[in-house]
Amino acid sequence: MDKIYESLAEIVGEKYVSNRKEELYIYSKDPGMMEPHEPDYVAMPKTTEEVQKIVKLANEKKIPIVPVGGSLSLSGLVIPHRGGIVLDLKRMDRVLEVNEKSRYVVVEAGVTTGKLKAYLERHHPSLRFSIPDAPPSATVVGNIVIHGQGRLTQQYGFNSGMVTGLEVVLPTGEVCKIGSCSVSPHWFSLQPLPDLAGLFLGWFGTTGIITNLGLRLYPRKKIRDIEMFVVEDPNLVPDVVHRVTHTEMTEDIFVGAQPYPLVFKDIIMIGICITGDSEEEIEFKRRMIWDALRPHIDSKEGGFMMLTPDIKRELLEMPTTGTTRFADVMKGGGFEYCGPIIPVEKFPEAFKKLLELSSKYGITYGMTGRIIGRSHCMMFAFGYPFNRADPDNIETTKKALHDSNVASLDMGGVPWKPEVPAQKMVMERMDKNTLELMKRVKKFLDPNGIMNPGNWEVE
Amino acid sequence: MQAYAQQIHRCFRCGYCKFPSDFTDFNCPSYSRFRLETYSTGGRLWLIWAWLKKEIDWSDHLAEVVFSCATCRNCVEQCPMGFSDDIVDWIVAARSDMIEKGLALPHIRDFLNNISKHGNPWGMARSKRDAWAEGIRRYKQGDEYLFHVGCVGSYEERGQRMARNFAELLDKAGVSFGILGAEEECDGNEVYMLGEMGLFQELAKKNVQKFKELGVKKVVTLSPHAYNSMKSRYPRLGDFEVFHYTQLLLEMVQQGKIELSELKARVTYHDPCFLGRYNGVYDVPREILKSIPGIELAEMERTRENSFCCGGGSGNFVMDLLGRSEESPSRIRAREAHEIGAEILVVACPSCMMMLDDAVKDEGLEDELTVKDIAELVKESAK
Amino acid sequence: MPELKLKFNEKLCATCLTYDCLVRCQYLDIDKETAKVEMQKMIKGEDSFVLHQCVTCYACEEYCKKGNHPFYLITDLQEKRGVLPIPKPLVKQWVNAFIPGRRDIQEFWGAKEPVISLCVFPEYADSIQGKLFEDVSIILGRYVCCQPGYVHFGNPSIIRERLPGMIENIARHNFKEVVFFHDECYSTFTSYAPAYGIKVPFKPIHFFDYLYNKLKEHESEIKPLNIKVAYQRPCTSRLTPKKEHFVDDIFSLIGVERVARRYDRENCLCCAGVIRGQQRYDLFVDVQKRNVEDMVNSGAEYCIFNCPVCFSSLSEAVAKKGIKPIMMHDLCKLALGEKTAGK
Repeated sequence: MDKIYESLAEIVGEKYVSNRKEELYIYSKDPGMMEPHEPDYVAMPKTTEEVQKIVKLANEKKIPIVPVGGSLSLSGLVIPHRGGIVLDLKRMDRVLEVNEKSRYVVVEAGVTTGKLKAYLERHHPSLRFSIPDAPPSATVVGNIVIHGQGRLTQQYGFNSGMVTGLEVVLPTGEVCKIGSCSVSPHWFSLQPLPDLAGLFLGWFGTTGIITNLGLRLYPRKKIRDIEMFVVEDPNLVPDVVHRVTHTEMTEDIFVGAQPYPLVFKDIIMIGICITGDSEEEIEFKRRMIWDALRPHIDSKEGGFMMLTPDIKRELLEMPTTGTTRFADVMKGGGFEYCGPIIPVEKFPEAFKKLLELSSKYGITYGMTGRIIGRSHCMMFAFGYPFNRADPDNIETTKKALHDSNVASLDMGGVPWKPEVPAQKMVMERMDKNTLELMKRVKKFLDPNGIMNPGNWEVE
Repeated sequence: MQAYAQQIHRCFRCGYCKFPSDFTDFNCPSYSRFRLETYSTGGRLWLIWAWLKKEIDWSDHLAEVVFSCATCRNCVEQCPMGFSDDIVDWIVAARSDMIEKGLALPHIRDFLNNISKHGNPWGMARSKRDAWAEGIRRYKQGDEYLFHVGCVGSYEERGQRMARNFAELLDKAGVSFGILGAEEECDGNEVYMLGEMGLFQELAKKNVQKFKELGVKKVVTLSPHAYNSMKSRYPRLGDFEVFHYTQLLLEMVQQGKIELSELKARVTYHDPCFLGRYNGVYDVPREILKSIPGIELAEMERTRENSFCCGGGSGNFVMDLLGRSEESPSRIRAREAHEIGAEILVVACPSCMMMLDDAVKDEGLEDELTVKDIAELVKESAK
Repeated sequence: MPELKLKFNEKLCATCLTYDCLVRCQYLDIDKETAKVEMQKMIKGEDSFVLHQCVTCYACEEYCKKGNHPFYLITDLQEKRGVLPIPKPLVKQWVNAFIPGRRDIQEFWGAKEPVISLCVFPEYADSIQGKLFEDVSIILGRYVCCQPGYVHFGNPSIIRERLPGMIENIARHNFKEVVFFHDECYSTFTSYAPAYGIKVPFKPIHFFDYLYNKLKEHESEIKPLNIKVAYQRPCTSRLTPKKEHFVDDIFSLIGVERVARRYDRENCLCCAGVIRGQQRYDLFVDVQKRNVEDMVNSGAEYCIFNCPVCFSSLSEAVAKKGIKPIMMHDLCKLALGEKTAGK
């Protein structure tokens, strides 16, 4: 009998372990295009203690472990490249604490963004978090671990910048608390302690497994509204964004372009969300934004589009189903995107490249971008829908993605949540000492190399 | 048949199908129960496609995954894609494909064989179908309604009680009706959902033939499952109106044919999938409850199109693929009803009655929470 | 194809005594003398402040009692002189949005009369149901889109470019009569097309004409609604005032009182959707505010719409003031005890 299987069954219960073909098949893939690799086991722990036991077992037996949340990065970050144990963390789905006065929440690793949204709306309606555009089955922790962004990113930065504390199971099996929670019963801040969270954020699970996470919550206003500013010339986008962010009056700012439907063809849309507790507040903010863009309006090069109530509802949805529905553009069940973080002033170059690649490979595209901070940078997505049932189309799309990654790096951007080949490209260009530091950190924390191997692997 | 094979790859596995509209909790019965991705709708569709492409072989576990879907339609309701209306049809089509190839779990084969041979999924004698129905009128030509009792209503104790309750109320209201007794055929809804199309067509034809011979123009069903199959899949074969018993009950109450006296209780109503999501009937049962003086109707968090399936659909009320453990959908639902302080969990479906009544007992809540059907409440309240 | 010429008579303007077209304009403060001067400039093809300040509400077409098409004169001249009432990217959106389809939509070949054209508003297809719409066929999509919106965008020549093809697309079905859901469609075929000498081989029927006659067929089933309403007149209805009586006829039939208010009938205000599109935010706010306040002060409980664009532009504002926005056909369905689709 398989001893590893027996040990896993003992830890999590027989119902929550599998080495059956069907589970191995499903967990070998994510909804993107990366090559599948089957794990040897799938296990679903319920508690930190169970995670710890599994990690110790894996360390002892030198078996790879891949922690999995919603599997929605689309870059194959949860694909077990070297087999081993996939840890589906979604049974760890409790909201542990909401502190209204200090505006933070503590969640377990498997809490979905949908659940947290519903929980706050029901129990703490004056608070919200920076919800990403991914489907509601994405996990809060998964999104943060990949430096995700959300509806509050323009105001407050990357979602990973909103972390107030972590509980982590190290690759060697110890459980650590990071941030104020390591000293105090409260999870209000990472600072002012030495910032150990950086050892775990953006590492795709290669340095440890986050089991609990503290996250900042923000005020939820009663009204949300949106204005859509439209331009034809991509060169205008950085200035438009610069002016609007200067007002400091907005919530989410996103940029979009797509060839269909025809009403979106040949133009670029900049969505500007505003929130307020009263009509007066909303109107004030709206006027500030209109005033900020007056030069572009007077030149006739830009204007605010009329949005019907239905379109507004769709644009303001959290999460937006529009993002998910992009996967059915080819009636093919998938999309993947290269979404580098770039300086906003690089937008025109990136957009030009996207159009070039779409034309070169004869595939359609969807461009979305999200402004981060006060136009400090943006996520620019070269988005390509693909047809899962058409291998040629998949190959072509992969090429377009590769070229998008190359172009992103060439223009001075940094690929966000890169798939393994793109990780290699990033590391090739990385400062050698920085790379060496990454290697040392990984070796120090994960001496047996069991944590999600294949990712951030420094040669 | 092959149409689903050309489309099924379109599932993105985004996971919206796991949830209700407000994402409060998981709303897919099989995913809720097992939590492995294979048991979510997306996982199921991807596995079916993998089987079609011969990337994975047939196995008992694959069968379990495919047949543990209760066909509750939450996924259809929640999927944001253009093909959402087809999802359950794809699963049914895949099952049909599998059954045609002789691939099904033994208890599914038994379920279908029993219906084929004995007219009910338990394999009990056909002649016993009307053993419960002493004193209940048999349908004769000219009666206004044929009361279709169904398999659970005919053979299962709690279903039989429901059938009696309604029959007595029909009598009280002076409604002209009759049952077919041992001549009644299974409506075939579960047979259809399990993908046994040949048997379903046979059952449908037999039923419609009987209705024609007897000049039946109106059928009232006890089970929403029968309501669904006769309303949605029979009309191509025959010309008669179909009602669910709650629709008639409301009419009887509103027309004053049944007078109601006070009945004090805090109740909650569980929307059955085949009445609610499948056929859009949400208000009728609630109107009945609101008509009973003294009844306080409290709603659970997940109601109407977001109702959490009891897990009994697709034959699971017999086959129990979703199990009776703490994580079973029916026990989750029983806990939900209890959490809002309901004394009575009201149902309008004999399959829900079985599932939820067992669940309340398994939860050890029988002293605080009772499962009753609407007709029973109306009967208790009737003067 | 020879350029279509506007049927405009200079002499009629030269001998006009009132210049109502400009004097009565609700958005320009302009006296008769100035109106005369500016009109003459525009007739000669010269620049005028009117070209730059016009909100393109169509009212001058109605105010001109000589039928001399001052509005089309203005909008054609805007294009000729490159006056952009609306920013270029928004113009591009609208030019792209209604590019005619390259092929007929095959399913519509089965369409039989009575046929209703929904133009480019497929979202209303679900609401075309019930007793008033039994046996009705629907045609819709870009290939039957009437295209008049371009008068707002400074490029009305696109209308003339595309309209003959649109007419041919509909005519190919051999319909004798077509009911047009949207006033713009009806007014395009009955007013704009003839103004440029474009022949229309089928008879356009206004949606309210159809609704009224259908209601008469079901008169015994009508339960009077006994409500007070304001009517939001779509801008193109100014082109065809002769059919306006259907609004009052329908209201009368279904027990609805059209409140007496300032901004109604010939004095109606634009929904301000286009004004917002022109990026004149203050004017947009002012016009909507006055319009809605007028409805509130007159005791309206509902605001009735024909035009989906008016509905999108104004429904939120009226709803915020406690007035229920509803499309006319949904109101008629309510009078027959039917459920509405919620729009």
